[in-house]
Amino acid sequence: MEVGSETTPNKWDVEIFAKKGFINFGLKELLRYKDLLFLFIKRDFISLYKQTILGPLWVVIQPILTTLTFTVIFGNIAKIGTNGIPQILFYLSGITIWSYFSDCVTKTSETFSQNQNIFNKVYFPRLIVPLSIIFTNLIKFFFQFLIFIAVYLYYVFFTDFEAGLNSSILLLPVLIFIMMAAGLGIGLIISSLTVKYRDLKFLIQFGIQLAMYATPIVYPLNMVPEKYKWIIMANPMTSVIETFKFTFFDQNASFELSGLIYSFVISILLLLAGMSVFNRVERSFIDTI
Amino acid sequence: MGRIALKTSNLSKQYRLGQVGTGTISHDLNRFFSKLRGKEDPYLQVTGLNDRSVKNDSDYIWALKDVSFEVEEGDVLGIIGKNGAGKSTLLKLLSRITSPTQGSIQYNGRITSLLEVGTGFHQELTGRENIYLNGAILGMSKKEISKNLDEIISFSGCSKYIDTPVKRYSSGMIVRLGFSVAAHLESEMLIVDEVLAVGDVEFQKKCIGKMQDISGTGRTVLFVSHNMNSVEQLCNKAILLENGTIVSEGKTTDIIREYQASNVVENYKLNKNKQNQSAYFEEIEARHEGSKLIISAQVISQESIRNLTCGFLLKDNWNQKVGTIFERINLDQTKNKVEVVIDISNLLAGSYQIDGSLFVPKVINYEYIENGVSIEINNGNSNIYEGQNIGAMKLNAKWSVN
Repeated sequence: MEVGSETTPNKWDVEIFAKKGFINFGLKELLRYKDLLFLFIKRDFISLYKQTILGPLWVVIQPILTTLTFTVIFGNIAKIGTNGIPQILFYLSGITIWSYFSDCVTKTSETFSQNQNIFNKVYFPRLIVPLSIIFTNLIKFFFQFLIFIAVYLYYVFFTDFEAGLNSSILLLPVLIFIMMAAGLGIGLIISSLTVKYRDLKFLIQFGIQLAMYATPIVYPLNMVPEKYKWIIMANPMTSVIETFKFTFFDQNASFELSGLIYSFVISILLLLAGMSVFNRVERSFIDTI
Repeated sequence: MGRIALKTSNLSKQYRLGQVGTGTISHDLNRFFSKLRGKEDPYLQVTGLNDRSVKNDSDYIWALKDVSFEVEEGDVLGIIGKNGAGKSTLLKLLSRITSPTQGSIQYNGRITSLLEVGTGFHQELTGRENIYLNGAILGMSKKEISKNLDEIISFSGCSKYIDTPVKRYSSGMIVRLGFSVAAHLESEMLIVDEVLAVGDVEFQKKCIGKMQDISGTGRTVLFVSHNMNSVEQLCNKAILLENGTIVSEGKTTDIIREYQASNVVENYKLNKNKQNQSAYFEEIEARHEGSKLIISAQVISQESIRNLTCGFLLKDNWNQKVGTIFERINLDQTKNKVEVVIDISNLLAGSYQIDGSLFVPKVINYEYIENGVSIEINNGNSNIYEGQNIGAMKLNAKWSVN
């Protein structure tokens, strides 16, 4: 058989080379596997409630217990102020947002180690797995958000707390987008790095915990000394949480459009960087794991 | 000549030997600096070919080197070679599980690879849900799966349990369901790796039949197997791999003959460090002289062990156990040579595999080497039903016809 004979087609459907560009994310192929994405989301959700006794209740128990703990420790023992917002509401709002973000980061960062067996046997765009995690968590977030709304309504109707729901609620989709993009981006970067430098794995649990304290969750932003404020503001999640609080508590929280735009840009950059490194690593990670 | 469906050019894959994970940062830095200076990757130059019997000084090895071939539409190509010849690496590259170090692969349509059946099955999901999940993992759309759903279920023979979680299934049922999904894929090309070795005999037959159907519909199949009978039955072309390169390609029967001639015996040689194991095989060798099969093994023991059982299991080409021989031995020194002579005058000619084991019954298993030695036995007892599984023994018999 001679190479280049007349029957050789000039155009191939798939071409695999030793080197691949930084920007080629294979989005078209990703689209072809959208059914797989939905099935993974379904699988994760089904297995979430089939394996535990309390099942889907865990989704709401977790933020409620954390909120109560924070209320006792930070609110009543450490007596950190909440800008006049009821303590429970104040902590719950931060926790709802943060737990989505931190779950996304920790879960997606395990993409390669958790799916070794499948990745070793079948090819599909690996990005499907972290994407499915982001969306599965979004369902969880939705339920936790409902809990927040329920508690919020309780405070509005049954206490003298004056709610300040305002038009920035229209920004909610933007906030969710930033959470998803930043969570996915950072998760992808970490997952790619852990393939090679495995000890990073141990840092994540610890690191995400630390990062929580660099986000205005247990304290209001205006309590941060001017000197350190830039650190807190550099965190892309800060503006998300502040905007969220501004939406529901109005004058009791600070909202800056510039901060939100900053978070938006950073989260997109993180996402692009994450996809780019992930894209490089996915091609040969099976050789190193 | 048909259209070319798949083409590889100079396909090469390099692996790193030894402890992966140590020194990678320094190697990475080294790579990075030579890249900065515009030099070639320093680790690409020092590699040896993939030959396990020659000890190599280099840490890197070419599992595949400059493999170029073309497959026409509708071809069923058999890929054969000894263990470690690069078959699995080639499959992994073709099915995009890992990417080549050098060279390229080009193809048309979709490739589905079956390196395992039932990949991604989830225990908590029902059979039906798993069909969708598994099908989607293998690259089918929901629509395509729904279209073939009834056929998949009836082919698997699991229709009664299809809405039961897979965790209640027997392992045989899972395999059947997995193969059934795979067999109904609508991709243009199929890569199959010895999955046929699993399941019961009846189902194996069904699988071979299904594979023949698939190739009959003009789809391209790449098939890797140790079982020369199935390769011969299924494939119209074959390539023979040795040490990561193609030694020959052509008509299946010719290639198989060449392979069997080159593959008279493949012995076991220790290739990893087992210093912390009290007893292990350093070498297992087999040779056959007329009606005698001689297995000799080098057993290393770190301590003196009494009443250790050394056993060898002989298996035929169909992976059927032919028989086991074992003996209690005492290991008093570090290196012990064990030799056993087996009368094989009743054995049919063909290829056989030998497992080796070291254990103290009901106390401890030191070692089990599966398929450590492959040997071609040519003792004159020709198997007149060549290609058929008729057992491995020629029984001593007296006939009388009145």
